[in-house]
Order: sequence, then C-alpha cells, then structure tokens
Amino acid sequence: MSDNDNTGNAGNIDTSGNTPPDADPSFGFATRAIHAGARPDAVTGARSTPIYQTTAYVFEDVDHAADLFNLQTFGFIYSRLTNPTVAVLEERIANLEGGRACVCSASGHAAQFLTFFTLLEPGDEFIASRNLYGGSITQFGISFKKLGWTCHFVDPRDPENFRAALTPRCKAIFVEQLANPGAVVVDVEPIADIAHAAGIPLIVDNTVPSPYLFRPFDWGADLIVHSTTKFLSGHGNAMGGALVESGHFDWAQNDKFPSMTKPDPAYHDLTFYETFGDFGFTTKARAVALRDFGPSLSPANAFYTITGIETLPLRMQRHTENAQAVAEFLEAHPAVAWVSYPGLKSSPYRGLAKKYLPVGCGSVFTFGLKGGFEAGVKLVESVNLFSHLANLGDTRSLIIHPASTTHRQLSEAQQIAAGAGPDVIRLSVGIESVEDLIRDLDTGLRSATAD
Amino acid sequence: MTGASVSLAPLHYDNDLVRRILRETRTIAMVGASPNWVRPSNFAMKYLQGKGYRVIPVNPRAAGTQILGEQTYTSLADLADAAPGPVEIVDIFRSSDAAGAVVDEAIALKDRLGARTVWMQLGVRNADAARRAEEAGLTVIMDRCVKIEYGRLFGEIGWQGVNSGIISAKRPRLHH
Repeated sequence: MSDNDNTGNAGNIDTSGNTPPDADPSFGFATRAIHAGARPDAVTGARSTPIYQTTAYVFEDVDHAADLFNLQTFGFIYSRLTNPTVAVLEERIANLEGGRACVCSASGHAAQFLTFFTLLEPGDEFIASRNLYGGSITQFGISFKKLGWTCHFVDPRDPENFRAALTPRCKAIFVEQLANPGAVVVDVEPIADIAHAAGIPLIVDNTVPSPYLFRPFDWGADLIVHSTTKFLSGHGNAMGGALVESGHFDWAQNDKFPSMTKPDPAYHDLTFYETFGDFGFTTKARAVALRDFGPSLSPANAFYTITGIETLPLRMQRHTENAQAVAEFLEAHPAVAWVSYPGLKSSPYRGLAKKYLPVGCGSVFTFGLKGGFEAGVKLVESVNLFSHLANLGDTRSLIIHPASTTHRQLSEAQQIAAGAGPDVIRLSVGIESVEDLIRDLDTGLRSATAD
Repeated sequence: MTGASVSLAPLHYDNDLVRRILRETRTIAMVGASPNWVRPSNFAMKYLQGKGYRVIPVNPRAAGTQILGEQTYTSLADLADAAPGPVEIVDIFRSSDAAGAVVDEAIALKDRLGARTVWMQLGVRNADAARRAEEAGLTVIMDRCVKIEYGRLFGEIGWQGVNSGIISAKRPRLHH
C-alpha cells in the first residue's frame, strides 16, 4: 500500500519564521528565565520543579509502551532519554534562546558530541574557529579524528576564512562567541551567510555570553551548544550541557544530512526530519545519540541548573558590571601589559561588541603581565579571594593560567593562536563586592612584581 | 524544498482558540491517513486516539481496509454517507495544492458532517481555500500538526525538550 499522507514531506516545513510557533513574545526575558517550561506540578501542585529522581516510568499498558518506544507519543521511558526535571530545563533553555527545542546532556562536551554524531558520517568534515575553549580544540582536532571526522580550524577574525576552508564534505561551521579565553567577539552574521550559501548549519557555542547577553539565532545560527556548568547554572555546583535547535534549518535542501532525511535503520526506518519537522534534530540527537552513547544529565544537576537560571539576568548584570570595573582597573595598572576585554575602549572588538552584545560583554577575559610567565604564576598564587581553578561562570571570582591548565594539551603555537600564550592570565569575574576583587588583584599584582 | 510556505510569513493562532477547538472536538476525519505505521499521519492518528479522540481515516488507496482499528473511507462524501455522528475537524494530510479540493468538499459537506474546523497539517497552506472555508463559516487552522498542538497546549511536548511557548503559573489540568 503506497502512502497518501503526502504533506509534501518535510521539505515543506516552514523555515521562514523568526519565533517558534505561538511563542508568546509578550513575556520578557526575566519572566521566561523563571517560568518557561516550569508550570506547577499537575498532580501535586508543587511550585518548585520537583527532582524526579527515578530511572524509569511505569507504562499504562503494553500498547502505551510500544507507542513510547516507537516515538509515537510523548512520554517517559527511561531517564537516559528523558526525565521530567531535565525536560523542564530543556524547555527553559530552548525558550531563552528563542529556539524550537533542546536536548540536555551530562556536560558541554557531551552536547558537542551529540551534535556532531547527529550531523556527521565517517569521512565528513567541519570548520571551526581556532578561538575555542581548549578542551573543544582537543575534542574536535584529536578525539573526533578517531571517529573519522576532520575539523579544519580557521582564524575567525575574517569571516571569509570560513568560506575559503569549505570542502565538499564540510557539514557545519562552529564558532564560540566571546571566545574563551580572550573574549574574542566573532562576527556571526556573515559567517552564518557563508554557511547557508554552502547549505550547512552554523553552530554557536553560547556558553560564555549566555542567552542573556547574546542570542545566536537572531543572527542566523542554526544550532547552539552550551556548557550549562557555567553561567546558566551559575554557582559552580552542577555539570551539564545543552544542544538547542532553531527549527529553521532545512535539512532536506541537499543530500548532506542523510541522518535527518533518510530512513534510519537504528529506528525501524523512521525518517526524523519528515516525522518531527522543526524539532527533528534534537529528537534525533536524543533518540539515537543520547540513547546509544548515554551521556545523560542527572535530574539533580538539572534541578540545580533550573534554580540557577532563575537568577541569570541578575547575575549577568552584576558579572558584567564587575568585569568592566576590574578590566578598567587592570588596564590602568602599571604591572599590566594589556587587557583583552571587549568592553574597553581599547578593544579591537568594540564595534562588534556593540552590534552583538549591546547589554554587556560578559565577565571572562584575559590580560598579560609585563613580568611575563613568572609574574603570571606569582599572581595566581598570591591572590586570596580569586579561586585558582579550571572553570568559569561561577558566582565566585576565578583565576587561571591557561597555558599550564585548560590549554596545556596544545602546542605553544596553538596556545598563542588561541589567545592563551605563556604570559596570559584569564579571569572569570564573580559577583562579589567589586572593591574587594580589585583590592585582591592589586595586592596580588604588587607581590607578583616585587623583587 | 517544494513547499510554497518557504517564503510565507509564519502564521499565528491564539492559544485559546486552538485549545477550544481541541476541547470541543470528539471526532476527527483524517484525510490522507496512511496505513504505514512509520508515516507521520499514522503517528498522529495513533496519538490522538490515545487522547480519547475518534479518528476516521479517509484515503482512497486504503479504502475498505482498517487503519488502527478504524474503517477507511474513499472520500469525505463516502464518510458522510456512513453518518458516523459529528466530525468536528477535517484534518488534511495532503499537499498544499491538493488541500484545495479537500477543503471544497468539506465546505459542501459541512452540515452533513457536523464539521466546524478545517485543519491543514504542518507544511500545508492554501490561502484561497482557507478564505472559502472561512466564508462558509468554518474555522481554519493551517501549517500546524494536531498532535503537536495537543502536546504543546496540554503540556506534553515539553517532555521532549520542545519549547511550548506557554508561560503560566496556573496548575495545569491533567486532561483536556
């Protein structure tokens, strides 16, 4: 029996919209940061999102179980795939990014794996900015190679570098906004145009700005990845990652994405784009990549992250104010050689920051000491209030020497290219009293430069 | 990409309107329902049956057979002859072009069917047919999936990480 449910197939799905269907634009960001995805519990009326600390869910009957396994109905089977607490976080992040759907994962690295496993076949390639979190450079450049995926790194400061690096097997372009460590502002809009002209999606790592400061989908991005461990969660207490899809990318425009447009033998020949349309990518990432590789977010970590997001706007305002004050203090300090913060008048990224980050430039940036490597090491060891550790986006102020930690696996040439040379110190400015932060750095700089 | 919808602006429907349609409906005629269980129409039919709706398939190529336990009809006229009771929604799983003739049939049979709403599925838009249906007193929804809208408005679609767009501190009702 041939089929007659010809809606024209998924190629007919509207990719022209700017907002998810029926998203209510009348609610502001701060309202959505608290309420999106989290209505009171229907059964108990619980107002805070309960932690559904369960691995599995009872089926109504055998037919219901079959529907769930076949993806014919919405519901819960097993917490490796879906969990009610995690689902609240997923909808919250999708909403704040202005996206269609989200799938969360155990970490940001896991979210990147889910993304590329869903996009790529063995032998495929993608292009990434060379200014990325050091762990991403290692994941893309070395570990992904073992799966048959090749990443070409380019200097993101000229968007045309991405076009020049395109190959027939390139299936995506990946950039990080406010790229850590040196807060590089990437000119996302023309890079999105280059990706779309090649029929491939633009992926943006929006971890450092968070959706409060930057909305990649407004500038043409198709997928967003997050380490929710950072500003979204915000308190340095819960690992997590997220993959968000805009719902506007047409996966059927060419033959580059068989994982989306061809019947999938891993799912009884279901065609994901045709069946799930504008939330087909995250559905596929969940139903296949998350199912088969298992990097799920725990419900407890989802709860901490949900609670953290409720104060995201307040925290980001304070982070940004403090970072601006600290950056200005450092720039005027005699021991400091340079400061790379786009909120400073001296920054080469000032123009791009005004376009893409009108609310503020975040709180992660780098500076160099006139005393070089040795002064940097002394500073890290002599501060009292800044925590010396490898993380960012905590309420607490953090300090690190990237060349000896986060970017340690890179060659010195790669370190310098990534803005993490031997003399570089990275700060993640917290939300403490800013005068205490400045005093702490001043004391540290004095002892770092004393003979 | 074959759909004319690519260049069209997204449609907006009031949540309360769609919620009311879904609450006031008991029976849906699904034009283009497929007997193949991996097809989207079959997914939607099975889901809506699970929510308590009666879904009657209309598909000339499957006429006379049963889909998910329901007799399949050749056409809406054929279905009207069988007088199954009020069919509040005519749900169209056909291309945008083919939807026009189905809408005209629904208009002609609206009183015999008891139809109140013509609903064109995700990716299906036919503005001329919509105008004719509205002039005939029918409510029209286009470019939406009944299943997805049900899941969205009654709180299930977020279970799959989809942005429902619903912001409310009201305790949800467990069933429609």
